Amino acid sequence: MSLLIALRTINDEMRRKIKEISGQDISKCFQCGTCSASCPMEEHLQAPPRRIMTLIQFGQSEALDLLNTPWVCASCHNCMVRCPRGIDITRVMEAIRLLRLRQNINQVEPSNLQPEEVVDLPQIAMVSGFRKMTS
Amino acid sequence: MKLGYYPGCTLKTKAKNLEDSALASLEVLGIEATELERWNCCGAVYSLADDDLIHIVAPVRDLIRAQQQGYDTVITLCSMCYNTLARANELMKNDEEKRNTLNDFMDEEPDYFGDVKVVHFLNFLEDEVGWDKVKEAVKVPLNGLKVAPYYGCTLLRPKEVGIDHPDNPVMFHKFLNALGAEAVDFDSATECCSAYQSLAHPDIALKVSYDILQDATNKGADALALACPLCDYNLGRKQGKMLEMFESANEVPIYYFTHLMAVAFGVPIDRNHFELNRESSVELLKLKNLLSEVPA
Amino acid sequence: MSKRPSVGSTGEDQIFRRPSAGGAAEAPVEEIEVRMIPIYIMGKRYEVPETLTIMKAMEYAGFQYIRGCGCRGGVCGACATVYRKPGDYKIYTGLACQTVVEPEMYLTQLPFYPANRAIYEFNELTGKPEEVHALYPELFRCVACNACSKVCPMDVEVMDYIAAVKRGDLKAASEISFDCIQCGLCASRCMGELPQYHIGQLVRRINGAYLTPRAEHLATMVANIEAGRYKECLDKVKGLDADTLRNIYQERELEPAVAGEDWTPKSNECL
Repeated sequence: MSLLIALRTINDEMRRKIKEISGQDISKCFQCGTCSASCPMEEHLQAPPRRIMTLIQFGQSEALDLLNTPWVCASCHNCMVRCPRGIDITRVMEAIRLLRLRQNINQVEPSNLQPEEVVDLPQIAMVSGFRKMTS
Repeated sequence: MKLGYYPGCTLKTKAKNLEDSALASLEVLGIEATELERWNCCGAVYSLADDDLIHIVAPVRDLIRAQQQGYDTVITLCSMCYNTLARANELMKNDEEKRNTLNDFMDEEPDYFGDVKVVHFLNFLEDEVGWDKVKEAVKVPLNGLKVAPYYGCTLLRPKEVGIDHPDNPVMFHKFLNALGAEAVDFDSATECCSAYQSLAHPDIALKVSYDILQDATNKGADALALACPLCDYNLGRKQGKMLEMFESANEVPIYYFTHLMAVAFGVPIDRNHFELNRESSVELLKLKNLLSEVPA
Repeated sequence: MSKRPSVGSTGEDQIFRRPSAGGAAEAPVEEIEVRMIPIYIMGKRYEVPETLTIMKAMEYAGFQYIRGCGCRGGVCGACATVYRKPGDYKIYTGLACQTVVEPEMYLTQLPFYPANRAIYEFNELTGKPEEVHALYPELFRCVACNACSKVCPMDVEVMDYIAAVKRGDLKAASEISFDCIQCGLCASRCMGELPQYHIGQLVRRINGAYLTPRAEHLATMVANIEAGRYKECLDKVKGLDADTLRNIYQERELEPAVAGEDWTPKSNECL
């Protein structure tokens, strides 16, 4: 993935909002990659968490929007307990999700779930899944 | 200590086996924990946004209920409920501004200041009962049973509410040893099973869970013990699908940690509701001569 | 200076005429003095007698009900109304036919509130909670904000019955929601976008059909009826002329207000 980092491609508003929602200082990230190495979903991500942090640092909201990373994140907090810079990356992922969900865009449509799926899944899967992926 | 018990939604249906085996074991230990008379779903996941307090209302409301009913301590079994309730409680204790906002919003409830203590069953066993007393209550030692203790995420992280060290936990090991079982160390013990991704990305969830089971059996475990109904779904109930999808998949018996305690305590087998597990769970216990009767 | 608009005296009191007890059209009209108060219906100010219900007040103001009015007795759920009071952020609700007007209230009726209603073949259900979950998966979006219970004009603990459905206790949900009149105000306030009142109705149906034990004596009685036990009595009654029938009805033996468990009528000819 190549990125054009220029003044016109930097979305400062996105950086500001993610900082505000997550309460985390993204600029503290020094790209060590401990988060990526700790992530249990890493092999299924289009970009590892370390790269997500870069994209936020450079305000690359268009690139960020295309990646599945925050939507495959299971909020397991592995990255958070291990980050040497004390950044709660789990909260950063939540902030990215909320930026989209707050535009009333669902990532999972409860009405489209198959009845067999709902009957099969435990209640906590639905409760937590809807909280993370519906607006 | 006046002990209240918060079950959580799934323990009333698909994880009835977690609830009943735990309550039966508590009876053996002579401990009285009364279910809250009125409670709602805790929300299962804790809100991770600074400006999102509405998703913290549900767990706080449960803690208010506990306080209203006169309990100073609430015991939980489900890892997700534990995590959500404990974190909400920490917030109400420590963050004055957010506490005020939440108390103002719930103007129909009494104010809450984080005074109820939220404990997980394993914490309770270690701190209030003690492993020696657990050991004394064992009638059928689980000798020869090699169990991989699977902690998952929400029992350990974040540190503020973790029941043990986030990377090198030992509490589950101590628990298994007290019952006479052998605890098998494996790297994935603290990895995530993919949790609610079974809803959005079932294929990913299946692979991640499969890898955890492979790790456990490669280290020589006969079975895997866990504490969370969502882990049980991903690692246990989906094994049929795993056997279809992955050539080298093997059946791995899954237990709630409370199953093993109830079996070791000689609790009548029907309290374990093994009909909610895959057959391999009972089969292994029979094979190891740990069951005197077949489930009702 | 207070920002609250003044509440209280509202100008001239008027004579309000109402028919005196008895109600017949030509009966003398009792004149009573009633204070007139201002209310705002959909933002427009009207002066109405302070003793009226919202429904009567709207009719007094000239509105004619085609919908949004049903039983006028507080049980049909057609006349749900939302209102606010001056200087007060809270939202208030009530049934227009039961709630008396208050000075300066501003109100509108919400006779219908759209909510997702699942389609199901009732006879194919078996009473398992998962069936309700599958029909209404959105119920897992409840955040326990309690806006539903706060807004319910029947004081149903709506949040609690949704919590009961979530944990699969359909019996409890059915009992907690029993007083629901399907007005839909809960759904209007729900941040999880749940159709609580439809979910409540489904669990009450399931409770009645599958979870409540069958009444054995009812089954016996139905069998007796089908076997023709009352045929003779009914045929006899059907053959009577109107006056005789009226007489029999008016002279029938009534169960005394205080009667023991073992009370039976003197004639058990048709029992």
